[in-house]
Amino acid sequence: MPDAPASPLDLTRRASGERPVFVAWRAFRKSRIGLAGLAILIILYAMAVFADFIAPYHFDDQERDLQWAPPTSIRFSDANGFSLRPFIHPIRSYIDDDFNIRQEADTTQRCYVRFFVTRDEHRFLELIPTRLRLFGVDPPAAREGDTYYTRLYLLGADLSGRDIFSRICYGARISMTIGLIGSFITLVIGLLLGGISGYFGGATDNALQRFGEIIMLLPGFYLLLMLRFMFPADMSSVEVYFAVIAILALVGWPGLARVIRGMVLSIRGRDFIAAARAMGLHPMRIIIKHVLPNTAGYVIVSVTLSIPGYILGESALSVLGLGIMDPIPSWGNMLQAALSITDLDDHPWVLWPGLFIFLAVMGFNLVGDALRDALDPKRVKG
Amino acid sequence: MQAYIIRRLLFAVVLIFVASVIAFTILKASPGRAGRSDIDPRLSREYIEQQDRLFGLTRSPVLQYLSWLGVLRLFNSAEVSGILQGNLGLSIQYKQPVAEVIEPRIWATLLLNVVTLGFTWMIAIPLGIWAAVKQYRWPDKLLSALSFTGMSLPGFFMALLLLWIFCSTLNLIPPGGLRSHNHEEFTFIGKVLDYGWHLILPVVVLTFGALAGLQRVTRGNMLEVLREQYITTARAKGLNENRVIYKHALRNAVNPLITILGFEFAGLFGGAALLENVINFPGMGQLMLEALRAKDQSLVMSVFLIGSVMLVLGNLLGEILLAAVDPRVSYA
Repeated sequence: MPDAPASPLDLTRRASGERPVFVAWRAFRKSRIGLAGLAILIILYAMAVFADFIAPYHFDDQERDLQWAPPTSIRFSDANGFSLRPFIHPIRSYIDDDFNIRQEADTTQRCYVRFFVTRDEHRFLELIPTRLRLFGVDPPAAREGDTYYTRLYLLGADLSGRDIFSRICYGARISMTIGLIGSFITLVIGLLLGGISGYFGGATDNALQRFGEIIMLLPGFYLLLMLRFMFPADMSSVEVYFAVIAILALVGWPGLARVIRGMVLSIRGRDFIAAARAMGLHPMRIIIKHVLPNTAGYVIVSVTLSIPGYILGESALSVLGLGIMDPIPSWGNMLQAALSITDLDDHPWVLWPGLFIFLAVMGFNLVGDALRDALDPKRVKG
Repeated sequence: MQAYIIRRLLFAVVLIFVASVIAFTILKASPGRAGRSDIDPRLSREYIEQQDRLFGLTRSPVLQYLSWLGVLRLFNSAEVSGILQGNLGLSIQYKQPVAEVIEPRIWATLLLNVVTLGFTWMIAIPLGIWAAVKQYRWPDKLLSALSFTGMSLPGFFMALLLLWIFCSTLNLIPPGGLRSHNHEEFTFIGKVLDYGWHLILPVVVLTFGALAGLQRVTRGNMLEVLREQYITTARAKGLNENRVIYKHALRNAVNPLITILGFEFAGLFGGAALLENVINFPGMGQLMLEALRAKDQSLVMSVFLIGSVMLVLGNLLGEILLAAVDPRVSYA
């Protein structure tokens, strides 16, 4: 075999001459569940990025007459025979002899499902104007007196007749970014304060440690709620988004800072730090350039495993009506509809967004776990 | 050890004091005035002012805090008593002493969490041992898949799923809450059964969520013990494998878990807060959200304070237990 067996590694060691990232990837690749987690995450991020393309409708595209419409059944055959191209029957709405509004599927008409269709004008990622959508259905041939609706609801519709699948795609943007931004902020605070604390020690260390300890010993969920009420109730969705991140990061940093402090304490005594100090380097430069990179393996794992906390925190606040506000969809605020037992009873498809929260959290947990195995020098797989 | 406990207790008191200051500051920095949100536009200005005076809202925040704490009472006996005198204050929203509002909620939350804790421990430890004994075989793999699901499935979503399946579809469990509407008509046994019936859903959800962690820790401990030399010795002596596992290994694997119990005690109040709100369970978590919405300041402060006290004491208990069972740990 040409290359040495992938030994447990430490990200800074480059004895094999290979980039440490590749060595880590080789170890990671061995874990099947880690790869499965990675696949889930890639799909969810693709959904978030290409939401404008994948979703057949804009997230706030309402069809009030089709309130709580069940998932549309996609057919391949009807009375007129079999068709290779899937189609749906349009919904015909009419007023019957007793003056009731009735809606039923018109089985005499087929509206074919087509891919790469041009539909409503929208902006891809809020930037590029486009009309392209991944799929859509043909409009029905209108007949006099009746109203026809053709909406392809893969997962059903909500209270305003908005497509739940489309809203889930757009909602991925909130849930899949909030964890990244939030854990990045926690990371910066944790690295800096943990690094300073561990490197300088003494009174600085003591003060920072006690401060972190106080935050850790406050009841987390209560604190989260209280901090949320510090912000006015009528904030815009963007403001809420950043407020939620700020709140979660504020509550989340001390755990990371504490562990980094411990690692820095042990690294501080090593020879290369003494050498750097002897060369007269500025302490901040030593911390950032020489000490912190040695904590990278641990930090990558713990950041990955902290992301689910942000996703869950956002959905918890949103499901209580304290997070992202309608019409902007987030998986959490879409689940608000499920809080009413009658709605849950009549339209159980409001539960779909929960599955995506589960998948996202699961993805990060699986990847984090596999990364820990790949990066931990002490853990030899049996 | 004693000196350590005393030092930690003193620190705990300081910590709880700081926590109350932080909570009060956050509350005062929040927009909207306490007690205002439920005010009816038909009420006269005089009435509102009278109410504000009654609840001490006309004073400066610092005085309000000191009064809530009961420090003012120490200097002036005309002042109302505060926390230091054991008075949690008056709830603006309920127009009742906070203690009376909180008491039934504490029992509800405690009931829920203690039952959950019991089930978690009774199930997780045997499962953890089973997984360790069958390491890398199907029981271990199945349990680790279940653990991952338990860790990743948000409790509130699981609750909603179970509500859909077992409440609206199969009609087996109630849609939430703690009692049936005709609870008072039941006999004693009927009441107990009614509580049990309402507790099924939250207990199942919370237990499933908590199982994962404890099961993994038990498995890890057990595996570590099974690698010890005295286990090899026991096997070499020709002891029956069951005897090795249940007589020699088990006790040493389970003992350290005692410390986790202390930390779990810490989560008794906060752990179920979100779930309580989702399934309408009349506990502390639900009360907190309600109080925050109504800006009911003494109520919020009291719930927060009780949560902090539990958390601090629970952590302390965990540390003490750790030193008690593990001779290598000392807090000299």
